[in-house]
Amino acid sequence: MLEIKGLEVKLEDEDKQILKGVDLTIEAGKVHAIMGPNGSGKSTLSYVLSGKDGYEVTGGSADLEGEDLLDMEPEERAAAGLFLAFQYPVEIPGVGNMTFLRTAVNAQRKARGEDELSAGEFLKVVREKAKDLKIDADMLKRPVNVGFSGGEKKRNEILQMAMLEPKMCILDETDSGLDVDAMKLVAEGVNALRSEGRSFLVITHYQRLLDHIKPDVVHIMANGRIVKTGGPELALEVENNGYADILSEVA
Amino acid sequence: MALAELKLAATQSRLNSMVMPDGLNIQRADALDRVVTMGLSDRRDEYWKYTNPSSLTQPEPVPAALFHNDEGPLFTDVDRVKIVFVDGVFDPDASDDLSCEGVEIARLSDVTDGWASELYGTLEVNGQTPVARPLAALNTAFATDGVAIRVTGKAAKPINLIYLHKDVVSDAILHHVIRVDEGAEMTLLETGPAAARFNKVLEVDIADNGKFHHVAAQGRDHERRAVTHCFARIAKESVFKSFTLTVNGVLTRNECILDIVGDDAVAHVAGACVGDGRDFHHDDTVFITHDGLNGESRQVFKKVLRNGATGVFQGKILVKEGAQKTDGYQISQSLLLDGDSQFLAKPELEIYADDVACSHGSTSGAIDEDALFYLQSRGVPANIATDLLTLSFLAEALSEIDNDDLAEELRDRLESWLSRRS
Repeated sequence: MLEIKGLEVKLEDEDKQILKGVDLTIEAGKVHAIMGPNGSGKSTLSYVLSGKDGYEVTGGSADLEGEDLLDMEPEERAAAGLFLAFQYPVEIPGVGNMTFLRTAVNAQRKARGEDELSAGEFLKVVREKAKDLKIDADMLKRPVNVGFSGGEKKRNEILQMAMLEPKMCILDETDSGLDVDAMKLVAEGVNALRSEGRSFLVITHYQRLLDHIKPDVVHIMANGRIVKTGGPELALEVENNGYADILSEVA
Repeated sequence: MALAELKLAATQSRLNSMVMPDGLNIQRADALDRVVTMGLSDRRDEYWKYTNPSSLTQPEPVPAALFHNDEGPLFTDVDRVKIVFVDGVFDPDASDDLSCEGVEIARLSDVTDGWASELYGTLEVNGQTPVARPLAALNTAFATDGVAIRVTGKAAKPINLIYLHKDVVSDAILHHVIRVDEGAEMTLLETGPAAARFNKVLEVDIADNGKFHHVAAQGRDHERRAVTHCFARIAKESVFKSFTLTVNGVLTRNECILDIVGDDAVAHVAGACVGDGRDFHHDDTVFITHDGLNGESRQVFKKVLRNGATGVFQGKILVKEGAQKTDGYQISQSLLLDGDSQFLAKPELEIYADDVACSHGSTSGAIDEDALFYLQSRGVPANIATDLLTLSFLAEALSEIDNDDLAEELRDRLESWLSRRS
């Protein structure tokens, strides 16, 4: 599904190398987790894959189902099936959540040469999916993320994911700022989307999210590289011993 | 020639080309005296520092190409009384019967005496101090027509003044007077470009506990020019709310002069403007005077500017001595879609009472990169994302319109205009 080879990235504004050769392959239907200390490059990886400005790729490649992601505009990557759940979802006053969702869904359908959904069809689907995530009609009507609590914002991210039905989902610290109940709700939303044709990359600091979204593979990232890869037990090791042991081991 | 002589010569040259209509002769003669005394505005006037008035004051209007409107008129779903002016000339065939429960409507050209003749020019005169507004006095002297509306109860329908532009060199001068009686209420809609050059004055006198709602859309003709003045006297516990949408037009100067003269009165004025190109110049000039207790005023102006367009905002709140507990709010913001466009803002507060809350703010900014990326990451192409964020920017001004249906219709129009461009 996603194949990253030797990816090297630096910040455009300053001469600072963030990613120093990331290799990562995620097969279809699998859930991979990336853990790592602050500043290891986890969020940068998610931004570079989704096409945010401000980063310069200095080497390597990233393909989604054989297509070169790095050559596409952010919206083309989305239409190709990539989705990033933001760590800090952006507030957009004056644009209704529903309008935003419908614009996004139809823009992607159009880009893929599919018919746009009618207002009625769209409403039916969105109501159904919103219900599962305990998103009420009021939240759908309100401007995008404006006045939403931390938990509501993250649930709204998962609703977008559910509506857009991407192939490759990246969750950037989706657990940050969530209490235990909110985290469970979000994890249930994600788990409901797990399928053979859909892969996940879950970026997190903590093991606890991985109790709810069970990964197939866990990677440890440090200093711009993936330094260790293992099964779910690797996340437990981090939880118990911190990163220091692993980092000294691979140093 | 000295500057004063230059101004006098320019004023005479303009006046020479004009013919004073018959009727309201005393008011017109007085107004003409004011014009001659003040002299017409020119670039050297402090009040016209950011906007060049020469095309508004020169003898002949600059021709303005007609605009083919392919989307039908606004507010067709609103049950309203239509009053149509074509290039400033009343069109009885296109207009509805001028009767409506709660209001008495007459044409200005039929006014000979009574409340309308007493009001005509009165608020304009009051609005000449402390700042001279010669183009408004010129209007009072030479207005060819307009409407006189007496609101005696709750108006059964909105009154829609529809201004059509069909002559490339038309030069329209219209003057409307509105008197809202005690406890009465009306909504005035104004739509369309009116003429190649349009000079409009609206005088609104609101008695105690009266309500006046105003929504205007100035039409999309690219080359039209307009100077408008709205003078309002707002009495005890009464409400004045005005919103203007401006899209296109090479030159627009909208002046709003509001006098809160009674206690517990409310005055809101708002505007949204979308301008494209080096030729686009849009100026909102507002002067709100608080002379009552517990007065509330709001000014909310948003401008979207691109390709070298210019936006101007001059907004003043004057709180007179004794106007305690005044709550004045003013915000003017521009969204600059490129580095060539500019926004010039002059917010002013002048306060002589010691127990008031007045705030003002002005910002200029570009499209928020984070929001743009957020939308793009959901698959929304950059141009559509920019339109959405532009609407998002204008939303605060549109939300100043009390009537949700009217606001929604203007929002939908804006959305389709923006998407058509991109």
